Amino acid sequence: MANTRLRIVLAEDAVLLREGLVELLERFGHEVVAAVGDSRDLITAVDEHLPDIVVTDVRMPPDFKDDGLRAAMDLRGRFPALAVLVLTQYATTAYACELLESGEHSRGGLGYLLKDRIGGVAEFLAAIDCVATGGTVIDPEVIHQLMGRRQVDEPLGRLTPREREVLGLMAEGKTNAAIAAALNVSQPTVAKGIGSIFLKFGLSEDDGHRRVLAVLTYLRS
Amino acid sequence: MTLLKHREMSGGGLVRPRLPMPIMARGLIHRRRALLISSPSAGRRPFANGYPPDAAPLNCRQALTRGPRVLLTSSWPWRSFGYLLCGAVFAFLIMGAEMNGLLFPDSLPDYAQLVLVVFLAAVISMPVAAAERLRLRIVDSEPVGNPHVAPDEAGLKAWLWLRIGEAATWREFSYMIALTTVLSVIDLGGVLLLGSVVILIAAPFAEPFVGLGPLVVFGSWHVSSLLDRMLVVLLGLVLLPLVAYTVTALAVGRASFVRLLLAPRESEIVARVQELTRSRIRLADAFEAERKRIERDLHDGAQQRLVALIMTLGIVEHGLEDEQSDRAQLVARARKEAEGVLADLRELIRGIHPQLLTDRGVPAAVTEVADRSPVPVHVDFTILERLVPAVETVAYFAVKEALTNVVKHSRARTAWVTGCREEDRLVLRVGDDGVGGARPEDGRGLQGLSDRVAVVGGRLKLLSPPGGPTELVVELPWRTPDSA
Repeated sequence: MANTRLRIVLAEDAVLLREGLVELLERFGHEVVAAVGDSRDLITAVDEHLPDIVVTDVRMPPDFKDDGLRAAMDLRGRFPALAVLVLTQYATTAYACELLESGEHSRGGLGYLLKDRIGGVAEFLAAIDCVATGGTVIDPEVIHQLMGRRQVDEPLGRLTPREREVLGLMAEGKTNAAIAAALNVSQPTVAKGIGSIFLKFGLSEDDGHRRVLAVLTYLRS
Repeated sequence: MTLLKHREMSGGGLVRPRLPMPIMARGLIHRRRALLISSPSAGRRPFANGYPPDAAPLNCRQALTRGPRVLLTSSWPWRSFGYLLCGAVFAFLIMGAEMNGLLFPDSLPDYAQLVLVVFLAAVISMPVAAAERLRLRIVDSEPVGNPHVAPDEAGLKAWLWLRIGEAATWREFSYMIALTTVLSVIDLGGVLLLGSVVILIAAPFAEPFVGLGPLVVFGSWHVSSLLDRMLVVLLGLVLLPLVAYTVTALAVGRASFVRLLLAPRESEIVARVQELTRSRIRLADAFEAERKRIERDLHDGAQQRLVALIMTLGIVEHGLEDEQSDRAQLVARARKEAEGVLADLRELIRGIHPQLLTDRGVPAAVTEVADRSPVPVHVDFTILERLVPAVETVAYFAVKEALTNVVKHSRARTAWVTGCREEDRLVLRVGDDGVGGARPEDGRGLQGLSDRVAVVGGRLKLLSPPGGPTELVVELPWRTPDSA
């Protein structure tokens, strides 16, 4: 399943779930170098192991508030190459946006997924790979929330409904092929649509991670 | 937009919506005060002389001032007499007991008896006062409240210290002293007065049956002839209204004295209202803590186990991927159902208490609610401080309920929420450009909201003329965790 063997630091305070996740990740060829249940331990573990990707919960000790999220944002600031996947029970756009806005110089991939997604094993592993290779994955539920409201707002208002759909799927971390399959169109059509989105958002070829920037524009709009 | 909003919160009003008309110009439809503190009589007696002109008197004082026709045809003189009679009977019993040496043994020296009397008076003053307050109902239909404060802690010692420290206890004690000295005399006097007149009237008719000779004797004038008897009966009948007045007046004086000493004072009522307010706030805080506990239990317990279940089912499903069997389909279905339960649970937990509110406060949580609203909502908060959880929760749920109403009833195209600090209050305004005409009595939601707002000492105003626009104003006390 996994193309590369990733070194993962996992932070989750529910023991049952933590052990289950370790089992799942190792079963599919990854290496969990540390599994912790506390946001302070998470930071120590990352300092020590320098993993490829951090998978963390939002609420955890010591404060049982958004400790995990804050630790993730802190790590993104300190390790520009670190990929971070936040697994959560909160379909909250505010958390997702804070996470996206953190780590200004970070080149690492980013994910904000509901824990429900673990059940779709193949998709979940794909999301981990996507984030580990620098992609951005935002949970469809969060995307849906943003979709519901943003239609009147600029610059999203300039997009056609089909372009918005494409952008929504892009935000979920889907490849052009996957988007084409989901929308039942050809890949060149998708590519054309994406080009049009970049144009409308004013993103030029030199902007680098244009897909990420487009998603960010989308989420921030 | 979300980014923008954070800036609005700190900077104040980039896209502050135009309010369609000045708030002050519109009428106040619904206002609910946390507690109205006023003198007990002020609310109930709107008329100059204390009662409506045609209503029946509520106590013997009112009866006394309403002219002879009202007084003499009413039951108040009789009630007054009954009131005095109780006191007289009590006085008789005490005196009888004392004279027969039932109360104190004669062998005790005088000073010891005095100490005993004072001690006994102190001990029985509280039950006696309670009985007196109850007895006052005979001549006054308005009940007298208990001036004592309920003790905070259990135990006789705590109770005793509380009572000794209370002014009400000492007023009761002085009432007890007055009762055994002056008041009993008044009671007896009133009873004897009426008794004499009754004898004047009844004697001529009773004499043949008693057989003791003339019952009425004025000096050397023994009433015996028919003319004498008629004169005496006539005298009695003439005196009867006067006695009725006198007896009622005595009862009025006595009742006033009871109220003066045994009713709760204004300051005591205010103190109790303050205590009630405090206890209500404590209750609201406790309720809030309980909500958080339930939310946390669900989050850390059921929710995590469900995720683990979904994960296990996912692994099984993944293993059966290549198989086109019923088994694979059943497992897939089980996972979908578990995911549905998890989604329901997530909504439930959010409804109990959103984590975002705990973590980021009212502006962020309200923005999130606005994000989910099908009607576009502009949010503008100019507060940065965190308030106490009880206030934040009420603020959040008030806005949420208001926005739900906007979506359900208003047919609005846009809505707005503003939040700012005005003096010592957090003021939230939720408005829409819908059809208006909302009435607080229509929805249980609004009534419940009003109650929730009142619990933390806030108030709710609904401005919703037919045709719109509607604006709901929620004012809550500005309580920060430091000030609490």
